[in-house]
Amino acid sequence: MTQPTQSPLDASEYVYEAPVRLWHWINAACIVVLAITGYLIGSPLATQPGEASDHFVMGYIRFAHFSAAYIFTIAMIGRAYWALVGNHHARELFSVPLTSKVYWTDMLAWVRYYLFIGPTPKPMFGHNPLSRFAMFFIFLLSSLFMILTGFALYGEGAQMGSWQERTFGWVLPLLGQSNNVHVLHHLGMWVIVLFVMFHIYAAVREEINGRLSLVGAMISGYKTFKK
Amino acid sequence: METFYEVMRRQGISRRSFLKFCSLTATSLGLGPAFMPKIAWAMENKPRTPVLWLHGLECTCCSESFIRSAHPLAKDVVLSMISLDYDDTLMAAAGHQAEAILDEVMTKYKGNYILAVEGNPPLNQDGMSCIIGGKPFVEQLKRVSRDAKAIISWGSCASWGCVQAAKPNPTQAVPIHKVITDKPIIKVPGCPPIAEVMTGVITYMLTFDRIPELDRQGRPKMFYSQRIHDKCYRRPNFDAGQFVESWDDDAARKGYCLYKVGCKGPTTYNACSTVRWNGGTSFPIQSGHGCIGCSEEGFWDKGSFYQHLSGINQFGVEANADEIGLVAGVTVGAAITAHAAVTALKRASNGKAPTTSPDAPATRQE
Ligand code: HEM
Ligand code: HEM
Ligand code: SF4
Ligand code: SF4
Repeated sequence: MTQPTQSPLDASEYVYEAPVRLWHWINAACIVVLAITGYLIGSPLATQPGEASDHFVMGYIRFAHFSAAYIFTIAMIGRAYWALVGNHHARELFSVPLTSKVYWTDMLAWVRYYLFIGPTPKPMFGHNPLSRFAMFFIFLLSSLFMILTGFALYGEGAQMGSWQERTFGWVLPLLGQSNNVHVLHHLGMWVIVLFVMFHIYAAVREEINGRLSLVGAMISGYKTFKK
Repeated sequence: METFYEVMRRQGISRRSFLKFCSLTATSLGLGPAFMPKIAWAMENKPRTPVLWLHGLECTCCSESFIRSAHPLAKDVVLSMISLDYDDTLMAAAGHQAEAILDEVMTKYKGNYILAVEGNPPLNQDGMSCIIGGKPFVEQLKRVSRDAKAIISWGSCASWGCVQAAKPNPTQAVPIHKVITDKPIIKVPGCPPIAEVMTGVITYMLTFDRIPELDRQGRPKMFYSQRIHDKCYRRPNFDAGQFVESWDDDAARKGYCLYKVGCKGPTTYNACSTVRWNGGTSFPIQSGHGCIGCSEEGFWDKGSFYQHLSGINQFGVEANADEIGLVAGVTVGAAITAHAAVTALKRASNGKAPTTSPDAPATRQE
């Protein structure tokens, strides 16, 4: 096994600025809450005994879902703002250089690496091409989809004339009717769960196996080459 | 030209009954008492607007519901407002005589009559699956709609297609708005719609001479702006997390929320939980069965009536979102485990040491 590096050892770069790191963990926490409470909205817990006035279980679960949804959405807006004013790594989440040749040659190298048929590719400070693809097409787009459908559903409860209904109500007829939107919002959860599974596996695996500190980078902001 | 009031008097409706009807209508339209005299004034002074009521592919449940309008008064009044013209189920005339009335109203009140449609036109086989007076219904529909002021789509058939348009829809039955695109269409969905909703909508249009405010999908907001779930009397049980789990459990006897046994109230826009049925007697949820979403588009094709999320019918298997998600999750989990195992094996065979600590010397193989 060869271990040479093209880049100087011990090199490190400040990749993830504080707002990006803060956003990452707030976002992760929101998604955990949203997925659990969302699942429980679809498949509620066992029935509570006694009078209805003694309990508010569904109410609290939905409250947690909606609170996390608001934080998730506002954090997403904040993250988009930071893409404008932050460093160039902060913009990676919002685009994929689909027309760049280098991107696709790198992509091939990474796919071969993950299939165990190619050598370890040259490490890079930003996202690797595969993760960039997944971040944009799976994470970002499905998050926006969840926000659109989520607020459309919220508008149903907030009722006609509410700002949620006036702003997002058009989503319902676009996707057919209310029940379709529930089903798609529910499926969206599973898409995000799959993303998170891949994402955490890839991050932990790269941390152990790869050449860059990675999980640490989402905490300290620095990506450092390991020997 | 006769006014509504004159027609009613001729039908033997007393002034007292007429005024009662006006206040009842104002209430059911959510307009408040101040509107009662306005309705009365309009009915006394405005010339009567004729209504033509066509029947396409349908089961007549809308007519059946309509003539059972809770208040006998409302029924009589509204019927006297419309049955004089064309409705092949309710009118006295038949055959050629009936079709002649249609032509007469169309020419005499050109651009000034309201067309109410129950059922819908099938388009396959040149429309032969529904023949009226020897011709396909779609032709009659197009002909009569040409000079109509506005169109009311009665029920889920005319509004969305309903059972005859359910998959695979062999006759290609389509809702009215797919055939008539140049007229205002008021959708009054439901299978059937509630009688008071029907009479309310039609009275509003006849007395105020304009169409009621519609939502994005063309339904009158006064009856379709809320879901069953928003006004359901079992909603406190929903919020408390008290659900019927099976039809014969204690929760069912106690009248808990029917969400877990498939109530579609949270995704259905209709007035059942407020107006109720049969003169305000009851409605499906009150009788212990979940809402099946009969006023929503394509409700026949949304999977089981006993699951609140509709099934996803792809690749010939019926599954729900959680089943699909679970299969995908387990598959990805297995893939990740396999990938991790290969990674670990390769590491072991390459003899590559963990590189987290620079102090740990790389143990080279051999
Ligand atoms: C709900 C859970 C999570 C979601 C939705 C999520 C989402 C994301 C997103 C969108 C990014 C891109 C950040 C950017 O470019 O601005 C990212 C990066 C990252 N995340 Fe997560 N994350 C989650 C959980 C985690 C966890 C639990 C870990 C640690 C084990 C982790 C480690 C990382 C790392 C190391 C990066 C940087 C990857 C790189 O530089 O290529 N994430 N995550
Ligand atoms: C990652 C993001 C999200 C996930 C994983 C998620 C997940 C879910 C799930 C699984 C359901 C149950 C659907 C059903 O079975 O009917 C649900 C319902 C719902 N979600 Fe989300 N959601 C997310 C984001 C949002 C957002 C941003 C909003 C915006 C306010 C939102 C609002 C709602 C509403 C209103 C409901 C319906 C609640 C009810 O029927 O009582 N969600 N969500
Ligand atoms: S019975 Fe149906 S409409 Fe009523 S609260 Fe439960 S889910 Fe909602
Ligand atoms: S409760 Fe639901 S299924 Fe029953 S009549 Fe009303 S809308 Fe139709």
